[in-house]
Amino acid sequence: MRTLVEAINDALHHEMERDDSVLVMGEDVGRSGGVFRVTAGLQERFGAERCVDTPLAEAGMLGTAVGLCMVGWRPVVEMQYDAFSYPALDQLITHVGRYRWRSGGKMALPVTIRMPYGGGVRAPELHEESPETYYVHTPGIKVAIPSNPADAKGLLAAAIRDPDPVVFLEPKVLYRSDREAVPEGEHHIPLGRARVARDGTDATLIAYGAMVRVACEAAALLDAEGVSAMVLDLRTLRPLDEDALLESARSTGRVVIIHEAPRTAGFGAEIAAIIAERALLDLHAPIERVTGYDVPFPHWRLEDVYLPSAERIANAVRRTLEY
Amino acid sequence: MNTIESIEVAAGAPDRAIRRVIGDGATRPDRQLDAISSEALLALHRDMVLLRVFDERAVGYQRQGRIGTYAIFWGHEAIQAGAHFTLCADTDWVFPSYRESAIGVLRGLDPATVLAWWRGHPAGWWNPLEHRLGAIAVPIASQVPHAAGVAWGLRLRGDPGCALAFFGDGATSEGAFHEGVNFAAVMNAPLVLICNNNGWAISTPIERQTRAAALADKALGYGIPGVRVDGADVLAVLEATREAVARARAGEGPTLIEAVHYRIAPHATADDPRLYRDDERAEQERSRECLARYEGYLQRQGLLDESAARGTREHASEVVRRAMREVERLPDPDPAAVFDTTYAVPPAELLRQRELALGPARGAPA
Repeated sequence: MRTLVEAINDALHHEMERDDSVLVMGEDVGRSGGVFRVTAGLQERFGAERCVDTPLAEAGMLGTAVGLCMVGWRPVVEMQYDAFSYPALDQLITHVGRYRWRSGGKMALPVTIRMPYGGGVRAPELHEESPETYYVHTPGIKVAIPSNPADAKGLLAAAIRDPDPVVFLEPKVLYRSDREAVPEGEHHIPLGRARVARDGTDATLIAYGAMVRVACEAAALLDAEGVSAMVLDLRTLRPLDEDALLESARSTGRVVIIHEAPRTAGFGAEIAAIIAERALLDLHAPIERVTGYDVPFPHWRLEDVYLPSAERIANAVRRTLEY
Repeated sequence: MNTIESIEVAAGAPDRAIRRVIGDGATRPDRQLDAISSEALLALHRDMVLLRVFDERAVGYQRQGRIGTYAIFWGHEAIQAGAHFTLCADTDWVFPSYRESAIGVLRGLDPATVLAWWRGHPAGWWNPLEHRLGAIAVPIASQVPHAAGVAWGLRLRGDPGCALAFFGDGATSEGAFHEGVNFAAVMNAPLVLICNNNGWAISTPIERQTRAAALADKALGYGIPGVRVDGADVLAVLEATREAVARARAGEGPTLIEAVHYRIAPHATADDPRLYRDDERAEQERSRECLARYEGYLQRQGLLDESAARGTREHASEVVRRAMREVERLPDPDPAAVFDTTYAVPPAELLRQRELALGPARGAPA
């Protein structure tokens, strides 16, 4: 039984043992094991040159990671918090997503960028962001977002082994919230496969990260009203499991998409477009999105106004039933 | 194992004096460089001539509409060839800015590839791993952290190689420059930083780019040595780079070399410097330009006569002409290249887009 932090730590230990070109780097990841202790024990076990404390410079971290890849390293770069990745966005868009293309498809950049993301932790501004759409929108980048410890271990293994760059977002509100069973040793979940977190027949709730749990809470509320909601955990935003997405949409005909990120041009808009393009005639109601708002993430005393709740999700489902 | 504790911090401020080797053929005598043979001096000349001829022909091709807008590097051959000459192509990496777009031809890259790049053709793409050569860096300074990472990564592997990063005076204002140099310094990376200070970032003169008296002064802030050389003196560039490469290989970390000269030509074929500066200074500098200056030196050493110089130039012209003929014979690029080079295995949604654009799968990507 492990928490999310422990499962990710387990994956890092396993991957570094398995492949001695894996190199972990970031601020405070080495000697102190990371501000959330996700990289605990790595420097003791593998040394200061494989678990590296870097200067405070996110663009420099990602830029040097590009160079490390060119000479055979497989860097796993930690951004200390979601928003701290913003200074690295230039290197991500300009180079990390692009260098394979720039080499005519010949050169790989097998870098993994991991970061705690999302809200619900009562933190100051720029510690509770959901930046996933910036990454998905960047050609050449893959994005994986686990919702539970076992998936975190398996998806991170896949991310690290991928020849292409992967951004791995860890829902920090779940870091220590629960212990769950996590397979020991080798555990690998391919990117691009969604998971049905809960079966249902009347409505489909599509979510990822911390919102999977909230969607399941909403499904429990609806259960009491005799409404059976399925919860689909996307797990990977790119590559996206479109088959699972469409099958789940068609099977119920009522879709509610949930994410913390701001509404406009959030990933929900993309999912809605895909379903509208390819499953329109199977829908019984317009697609609903329950999301954050087009505002900066609020001061934490107001964050519950912003974050999708089980009640907001249940209301959205009720709207699809009343349509 | 190198640790922070074992690195000695560079003592004192960098020397502001601009180092020269080649004399002026009148009052200031030539210095002699050790450990460089006549053959090497002539090979260096051939490198400079190849770059010069490439650039002159490229400007002509642009005017004829045979390549697109082009970043001119006339007058920068001393910096490019002089620094590059010190490297070992089997182990050392080069990260060019767009100003050094053709530097790969000095390490076996086909000039046709560079011309194809300026023609917007995918045949202009190269695999950095093949020639240890970063892509032509279009964004400013962002290649400095890449070079730092390569150098750091080589040291971690116990590899004897080093990395050379080129960037301009304007680039030193970008955050990426700062972060890359700082990383390289802290990680004791075998990185040699060549700052091409040609006095201009398009229309922005150096005085509006920095308040520092010399760009080499920034080295003090990173705890690394800083050296200033005359950027139009190929042997001064070579000497300083050679020392920096030796320091890097000995595990002493990065060096910042500021090569000071004047951008005689326009920034690019679309640029008109008369809009923002006086021609007079450019014309003065043209009379002391780096290739003629080096040829004067070689003549004084009795190593080059006019007929030999002409022969070298003709050979270079033929190399570049052949490359351009080859590029113009290239078939139109395969539209599949738009889709097939972004991921190792394209995601399903991208394959669908490919199908929409190109029709049903004409051979799945590898």
